Amino acid sequence: MNADALVVSSPTGVDVELAIAGPGSRAYAFLIDWHIRLLVALGWLAAFAIAVRVFHWRGGSSTTVAFLLSFFPALLIYFLYHPVLELAMRGRTPGKRMAGVRIVDRQGGTPSSLALLIRNAFRLIDCLPAFYGVGLAITIFSAQRVRLGDLAAGTLLVHDGDRESRALSQLGALSLNPSLDAATLALGNDLLLRWQELESLTRRRLAHQLLSRIAPAATPPGPRADTLDDAQLRQQLRDALSGGPR
Amino acid sequence: MKRSGLNPSWLAQRFTQWGRLGDSLTTWRRGRLSRQDALKALEGYRGLARDVASARKALPGNPITTALETLYASLHAIVNRKPRHTLASLRHLYAVELPTTFQELKPQLLGVWLLFALSTGAGWWLVHTWPTLVGLVASPAMVQHVERGELWTDGILNITPSSVLSVRIFTNNIVVTIFACVAGILYGLGTFYVIATNGLMLGGVFAFTRLHGLDGDLLKFIFAHGTVELPMICLGGAAGVALGESLIRPQLASRRDSLEQCTGRIARLFAALIPLLIICGLIEGFVSPDPAIGWIPRLIIGLANLGLMYAVLTGRFFRSAAAA
Repeated sequence: MNADALVVSSPTGVDVELAIAGPGSRAYAFLIDWHIRLLVALGWLAAFAIAVRVFHWRGGSSTTVAFLLSFFPALLIYFLYHPVLELAMRGRTPGKRMAGVRIVDRQGGTPSSLALLIRNAFRLIDCLPAFYGVGLAITIFSAQRVRLGDLAAGTLLVHDGDRESRALSQLGALSLNPSLDAATLALGNDLLLRWQELESLTRRRLAHQLLSRIAPAATPPGPRADTLDDAQLRQQLRDALSGGPR
Repeated sequence: MKRSGLNPSWLAQRFTQWGRLGDSLTTWRRGRLSRQDALKALEGYRGLARDVASARKALPGNPITTALETLYASLHAIVNRKPRHTLASLRHLYAVELPTTFQELKPQLLGVWLLFALSTGAGWWLVHTWPTLVGLVASPAMVQHVERGELWTDGILNITPSSVLSVRIFTNNIVVTIFACVAGILYGLGTFYVIATNGLMLGGVFAFTRLHGLDGDLLKFIFAHGTVELPMICLGGAAGVALGESLIRPQLASRRDSLEQCTGRIARLFAALIPLLIICGLIEGFVSPDPAIGWIPRLIIGLANLGLMYAVLTGRFFRSAAAA
């Protein structure tokens, strides 16, 4: 069992295990969100300025209108970005989604609205003295990598695993070779999934090894594996795992 | 090659099932589940639990197992999602939870008021005895205004419109109140600091305006909004003290649990604090700086606002609705 994991008992008797996101993932998600909210807020200001110019709107030069229609909404976008989006997206924000993390409560479920609001109110302390110094320090040293807001709200940031879920549904589309055992299938699928992430030499070597092992049972008739280019080799592995060319 | 305990035909069959579950998950995450979807999710959850157990045993550390665990965790969150009854929850919040929390916080509130009163007295005494110390609690511009024989709020409406002023004021007050509360996480010390500095500032400024014969004008300016604004800041402070207390004297097994329980309880106060502070901001922007409004309307507005605050905090407005 992973030390950096949240393990929750489930009524089915099979524990739910969630990988806790560290300060790196947290900071990455925050940086993406910070850029988004800054750009959207600035975009609003720019759009207002352009609208005033284009439509020659006299009201736009008044202090009240300028404040209430340009600066105030821009400030709202900047400061309410996290609470509003976390509430609307059930513990996610665009930044968190891109970083592959989400907020959960200590039972692994979607946090309540109150918990999300508390978590955000504590940003006032977490962001002290500057650049989330307090929050980051506590995240580094706390057991479950949480900041003060999470401690107070009873929430955690965990890896979302959306990528794995999508990979799983892609795998569902494959028809599997019944003559292979599950471990070989799993290994082959693992290699296919990570194909782009691996170096060319490594993936070719692994594919050759795997094909030579399963060849007597499964390799469909065709050219020798060592004469194939990268794409053809990948296709041959896919065919071998699914029991023939598709 | 080591044979795993999983049968490939089983794996092939289940792959399709998992794929379907993964696709449905996107829809289920978004909003409310229909009865049929809920039953489907529950069935999928149970089936997936068996698959996760088998995969953990046969393929530990494999991406298929990881993906299954992820799918299982997502379904766990959906199956265990609490129902939302927004309107009923709001009624219950204002009629029951908020008044209960307010009652529970009375000892802390008394302590914070005492600290506020003492620091106001201290500020008054310090500036009254050594007027040059006013620089510690007031900006140079404020000091110059008072020395010229006028309040810094005089003519403010000629510079900033009431609407803008109100928005600025209530935003600032809400931030100060939330800060007074959350600063309590520093074992209550942060809250003491915020309350004491606010008290010192108020006392110091009053003493300085008294030295220049402007204390009556300042009281006139403050009365309409201050009757509720100051109690709200003190209430935020009381919540902060409770937060600190939950860490110093935890009521539950761990400090973390105690803190979590306490924040969940005191956060309800903000359902009253924020709307009331917005009303105070509007009064401070539209009524307080307007020289045309005399003492009597200000008294009426201030006392009515106080009555509103009392009714909200004791749940009088919402009791009948909740009973219905």
